[in-house]
Amino acid sequence: MTKRTIVTDYLARVEGEGAMTVKLDGDRVEHVELRIFEPPRFFEAFLRGRSFTEPPDITARICGICPVAYQTSAVNAIERLCGVEVPEPIRLLRRLLYCGEWIESHALHVYMLHAPDFLGYDSAIELARDAPAAVERGLALKRTGNDVMTLVGGREIHPINVRVGGFYCVPTRRELRALVEPLERAREAALETVRWTAGFDFPERVVDCDLVALTQPDEYAIERGRIRSSSGLDLAPAEYDEHFEEIHVERSNALQSQLRGGGTYLCGPLARYSLASGELSPLAREAAAEAGLGEECRDAFRSIVVRSVELVHACDESLRIIDAYDAPERPAEPVEPVAGTGYGVSEAPRGLLYHRYRLDADGTILDAKIVPPTSQNQLAIEDDLRDVVARNTRLDDDALRALCEQTIRNYDPCISCATHFLDLEVERR
Amino acid sequence: MTKTVVIGVGNRLRGDDAAGVAVAERLRERVPEGVEVVACDEEPSRLIEAWEGADSVVLVDTVSSGAPPGTLHRFDADEEAVPARTFRSSTHAIGIADTIELARALGRLPRRVRVYGLEAESVAVGSGLTPAVESAVGFLVDAVLHDLKEERCTNAR
Repeated sequence: MTKRTIVTDYLARVEGEGAMTVKLDGDRVEHVELRIFEPPRFFEAFLRGRSFTEPPDITARICGICPVAYQTSAVNAIERLCGVEVPEPIRLLRRLLYCGEWIESHALHVYMLHAPDFLGYDSAIELARDAPAAVERGLALKRTGNDVMTLVGGREIHPINVRVGGFYCVPTRRELRALVEPLERAREAALETVRWTAGFDFPERVVDCDLVALTQPDEYAIERGRIRSSSGLDLAPAEYDEHFEEIHVERSNALQSQLRGGGTYLCGPLARYSLASGELSPLAREAAAEAGLGEECRDAFRSIVVRSVELVHACDESLRIIDAYDAPERPAEPVEPVAGTGYGVSEAPRGLLYHRYRLDADGTILDAKIVPPTSQNQLAIEDDLRDVVARNTRLDDDALRALCEQTIRNYDPCISCATHFLDLEVERR
Repeated sequence: MTKTVVIGVGNRLRGDDAAGVAVAERLRERVPEGVEVVACDEEPSRLIEAWEGADSVVLVDTVSSGAPPGTLHRFDADEEAVPARTFRSSTHAIGIADTIELARALGRLPRRVRVYGLEAESVAVGSGLTPAVESAVGFLVDAVLHDLKEERCTNAR
């Protein structure tokens, strides 16, 4: 019996860190495992005993790519518990800030991490040598997202301006107008991105599990919404724990989410699009139709086209919010702590992000739970990997490794929200 | 007058990974006039924006090459790539080695690129700098200041 183990130093081009093991017995797949180490666990412990005003600042530091998502789910949970609904101008400013994060994160993923897979390049560096204009377009898009985050969020990484009840300070109409021209250019670049990615070759990979995303009447849900699924769930954030559970994975610190009683689900762009494509802006819908997307998209590889369509929508939505902006009377509403449990959700670029906080009457956090999209998607990613490996056992290790990497990248896991090192280990017997 | 930017890269919450940011913070009050200091938490594709318009850039990041903790590596990246493997162990999305090569491919790399890598001991979440790295940070601050002075003399000549 021969047994071979191959270890790569790093699963390149996935944000952050993680590790993957594949065990083969001849052509039979014995075991596929994606190991993820999760900073949220550390943060949950770190939050206990802190004040109810601290989660937006503290949880923003979990991830350098999606700090706004963490801030938003945190303030949603705490404000809901304390009976505060922020005025419409504040909500829209938060949505604008969140659009900035979507633009930045999606541009990074589409151009720097995902597109090279389709075009046969090993990395964005090689792509940049052959197609510098495309990579520059991606960097310019990303920069516009950064600019939105800097202006509204106060600082581009770990925005510091969001607080429970609103913002520390709010921009003037004039300050926001400065974003209009860059955002109009970004929207053109986003449309170009849709045309570009729609022309790639897509291996067929249909995601057949349940899809879960937020939805909101008359809008493409980002910073608020009810939790819906393709199988018919329609839940308030407070009902999340009744329907989803985290199971402990043997031999790792990681927790994986599943539907209670068993059942894999996927959140993120494919879920959002499939549940609510009708709510996209007219321009984004038109771009989607031209790109050949139907009302739903369950094709894992085409997630790059869906992200591109969401880029168009995020630019459009930013421009719409800026156009209608009237500065709120005051930057924040007063919030008094209330004893009890608060639940908050929002749509991080890579999927549903759930926060839960239990407070005592003076606002001390007694308990915190954070479920990032990457751990919710982990079972679906592993299912896909198992299938990909089973159908390609004849490939040599390098080719198999490349295929596994591509498969993982389809789901844009933010492993910095969820790990240690992304080593890929293929063990053959 | 030439423009120089010093960029410390790191994550303040990941133990020794905070070293680059610590160096930037300590340098801020001490650099010669006209030198810009930037602390960058993660996501180095922002580096390309940070050094835009600069003639010279000094980058400081944590590395993991197997050398003893606190070991200081220095690379000149004007002409040659820095070893990607060494810098890959940081927690960032695209390592700084890759970012430098991306900028080179796009013609957006400053004329002069120096990279300091400080060997990490632990990048565990929630811990501070380890003693070996902490003491190397002070040494590294002096080394960067020395570089900046030398560069100024060269330019004056």
